[in-house]
Amino acid sequence: MAEEVKLLKSWSSPFGLRIVWALKLKGIQYDSIDEDLSNKSPLLVQCNPVYKKIPVLIHNGKSISESLVIFEYIEDTWNHNPLLPQDPYHKATARFWVKFGDDKVLPSIWSAFIKQGKEQEDAIDEAIENLKLLEEQLKGKKFFGGEKIGLADLALGWLANLVPVFEEIIGMKIIDEERFPSLLAWMHEFSQVAIIKESWPPHDKLIIKFQALRDRHLAK
Amino acid sequence: MEDNKVVLLDWWASPFAMRVKVALAEKGIKYESKEQNLFNKSQELIEANPVHKKIPVLIHDGKSICESLVILQYIDEVWHDKSPLLPSDPYQRSQARFWADYVEKNLYITGRRVWTGKGEDQEVAKKELIELLKTMEGELGDKHFFGGDTIGFLDVVLVPFTSWFYTYETWGNFSIEAECPKLIEWAKRCLEKESVANSLPHPHKIYEYSFELKKKLGIE
Repeated sequence: MAEEVKLLKSWSSPFGLRIVWALKLKGIQYDSIDEDLSNKSPLLVQCNPVYKKIPVLIHNGKSISESLVIFEYIEDTWNHNPLLPQDPYHKATARFWVKFGDDKVLPSIWSAFIKQGKEQEDAIDEAIENLKLLEEQLKGKKFFGGEKIGLADLALGWLANLVPVFEEIIGMKIIDEERFPSLLAWMHEFSQVAIIKESWPPHDKLIIKFQALRDRHLAK
Repeated sequence: MEDNKVVLLDWWASPFAMRVKVALAEKGIKYESKEQNLFNKSQELIEANPVHKKIPVLIHDGKSICESLVILQYIDEVWHDKSPLLPSDPYQRSQARFWADYVEKNLYITGRRVWTGKGEDQEVAKKELIELLKTMEGELGDKHFFGGDTIGFLDVVLVPFTSWFYTYETWGNFSIEAECPKLIEWAKRCLEKESVANSLPHPHKIYEYSFELKKKLGIE
């Protein structure tokens, strides 16, 4: 049966990027459409009427939205190169850290990025507490998934991609060598994987985009 | 049998813990429930969930699993031969996960704003809650349960909140049944099942407790 896999994403969104990584790691052929989020396509609105957000995976005409839901769908549909461990307990642990990344790490780092002054200091403190937990999880491991990249690595991969951009813009280091040697080693290791590297959005473009976003937030 | 020991760190009024109880009952799993004091957390809870220090926590053969949706999937995978919660078709699974995530993002926070809020804030929260529940009603459609003929993942995720409806309605001075009659019919169908009836407290008990809870949370 001819498989038709389409991914609606944007050029810079880490949520779309993590799905690109998952599809590539599984060697799944797909077409991608970069959405202009200021002018959403009828297809996007039709395929994700609840949130009208990317990413959306369209597989043989059926749409799946929300990146973590898409991850699980990909894992359920294409069994080879599993991203989750077989053992239910280890699977639960991976899912826990995926959720922690999205529920806690991401908002705290985003807060640290878009704020200034005392508010920023507090946000950075919170981000550091969250990152310390990730550092502990990584100790002695090459990836969160062990020897191979797993779901938690893909879900947290935005750290490798975006934190250097944020740090450059705010002129402050959040993930430093002294406190986070394992996390930095992981970010480096992860970035060097060919499939990950070749999908990286261009650094300069990201700087411009996120600088503008920060400026807009500070102006509010 | 000692090496199959299942323990649930529990709190009677938590919809998140109720989900786990329904799932365990659906699958006929024997377990020990350990009621926790959320205002004076036990060493056991802190050790079992060091990251969030929250219930529910499932402890199976000495290993802790945290986060209710992660726990539900764990239970479904380990005890896969009885009353499956998630369907086997990947697309159906993705839809159940998508709507469970939708409930997760919105229902608890909005419900809380309704029963603890005042004035304009409360009115806005009430509108949002009804909108949310109407969306779920739409998703249910003509089905007996979200899972089809039997209760499934989404039913288990959503039904515990129905024990809080009386509390939302009384504090908010409105009727959920008037706006979402089909959802209330669904809730009654669920309550006909022993697994649900034995896991959800009587809504009046929760309402009575809400006065004390407001004091404990420092809400006027």
